[in-house]
Amino acid sequence: MSAEVSALYQEMILDHYRRPRNKGTLENADASVEMKNPLCGDEIGLQVTFDGDAVRDLRFSGRGCSISLASASMMTQLVKGKGRDEIDAIRSQFRDLMLGVASGADESRLGALRALSGVARFPARVKCALLAWNALESALNGHTP
Amino acid sequence: MKLRTDFPLLANYPGLHYLDSAATSQKPQVVLDALRDFYETANANPHRGAYSLSVRATECYHQARVRIAQFLGVRDSDCLIFTRGTTEGLNLVAESWGFANVSSGDEIVVTALDHHANFVPWQVLAMRKGAKFRICELTPDGKIDLDFLSAMLNKRTKVVAFNHVSNAIGTINPVAEIGRLVREKTDAILVCDGAQSAPHFPVSFDSLGVDFYAFSGHKMLGPMGIGGLIGKREMLEEIPPYQTGGDMIEFVHDDRTTWNVLPHKFEAGTPNAANAVGLAAAVDYLDGIGMDRVIAHERSLMSIAQKQLAAIDGIQIYGPPAAERSGVISFTMSDVHPHDLATILDGEGVCIRAGHHCAQPLMRRLDVPATARASFYVYNDESDIDALVAGIIKAREIFAYVET
Repeated sequence: MSAEVSALYQEMILDHYRRPRNKGTLENADASVEMKNPLCGDEIGLQVTFDGDAVRDLRFSGRGCSISLASASMMTQLVKGKGRDEIDAIRSQFRDLMLGVASGADESRLGALRALSGVARFPARVKCALLAWNALESALNGHTP
Repeated sequence: MKLRTDFPLLANYPGLHYLDSAATSQKPQVVLDALRDFYETANANPHRGAYSLSVRATECYHQARVRIAQFLGVRDSDCLIFTRGTTEGLNLVAESWGFANVSSGDEIVVTALDHHANFVPWQVLAMRKGAKFRICELTPDGKIDLDFLSAMLNKRTKVVAFNHVSNAIGTINPVAEIGRLVREKTDAILVCDGAQSAPHFPVSFDSLGVDFYAFSGHKMLGPMGIGGLIGKREMLEEIPPYQTGGDMIEFVHDDRTTWNVLPHKFEAGTPNAANAVGLAAAVDYLDGIGMDRVIAHERSLMSIAQKQLAAIDGIQIYGPPAAERSGVISFTMSDVHPHDLATILDGEGVCIRAGHHCAQPLMRRLDVPATARASFYVYNDESDIDALVAGIIKAREIFAYVET
């Protein structure tokens, strides 16, 4: 197997794919977003409750590949409880990581998401990794604290 | 067949297993040579110059049309309009024929098996005209349900559009039977998407019994950006042009314009002469093999692939039995999403398509977001299937990892 493929399918990714965290729906969500990847037909639903400008809780639903579902699962763990500015910074840093742009910023705050760094070598899969994040951005943009 | 060495791209990548010919085919050396030869010895704007080089370009373009028409069984070669491909051919019919002939309350029929290119133009036409857009459903094994079709046809049906072969699951549709049903019950035109039939088995438009047939050159060993629409002369003469501009006019008056004769009426602007010449070289190459041998070769690979894939746990194959399909095998694998499978196979040098195959209405009916699709052509052999199967097993190993 090629080194790139082994680097892509790390145990952490497969674990989130098998046992997604925060999968489901929220009652009384403040924001509810549906997003599709028109290239492959994968879809994600994201529901968020807010506390001021911070994400109090969130759940995702939908079907997709291991990269899109693992990214969604990791995202929900990472952003829960965080404020808008911090989420925006993480999102932008994660996007840079996916696009292979060296940001120079400390990657430790990306936490488990660093396991997705191998995606940058597969341009056809970057959209999979960003689908949940685009849904989150849309949910945040629709929310005025 | 041992044709791999005829294809420079495959020779450049000895470890590559190209199983995505339903998306686009590789090109043999003779096609690349024909393109280069046109540009080196005949390039000028056809139909324009009085000088001999332009005359030569015009002749090359004309001969290409005659050759391709002969390949597709069209006696009247002026009824073969060059287009960018199948998509443009189908849009031409929907726009030119549809605009002139469909009105509010009429019905347009497509099938759940159609590619978006033979679905969306009709959907849009129906919306613009206030016509009813109707979808013929499929049998459980992915064929056009002829009883359903028969029941939905009536005197208001103006168009029945369908594909000769499904790009997504490989179903070969019974054109003659569909034609008989439609002629019996309606005055509708029959529009056939031939993108997946022209490359793979003998097609004779004159005996096919449809009114329009569209195809793509790049799926049949020819260059990208060239294809054609074949239509019956009386219809092509009757309907308005698709695009207007140079070459397609007869006289341009200050207040009105008259149209050139067929095929020029539908070919506005400088023609794609070099690619037409390249496509003519491709059909020469295919005829050199023999189209009966092409389909026989694909069928034999198909039956091997079907057997091997069906033996792998958790694989589901879509569409009719292998013997009733063209060289397309569409499948899913439990727990491994088609995109993940395609990425892992890519790591092994195996190119397959993963996605909805521009057939979202079909994917909804199969109740999957996507499938993995391997498709065969003249340059494939058993080693490609071996690599495919080995890659699938590898994918299963990777994804089984966390279960332990």
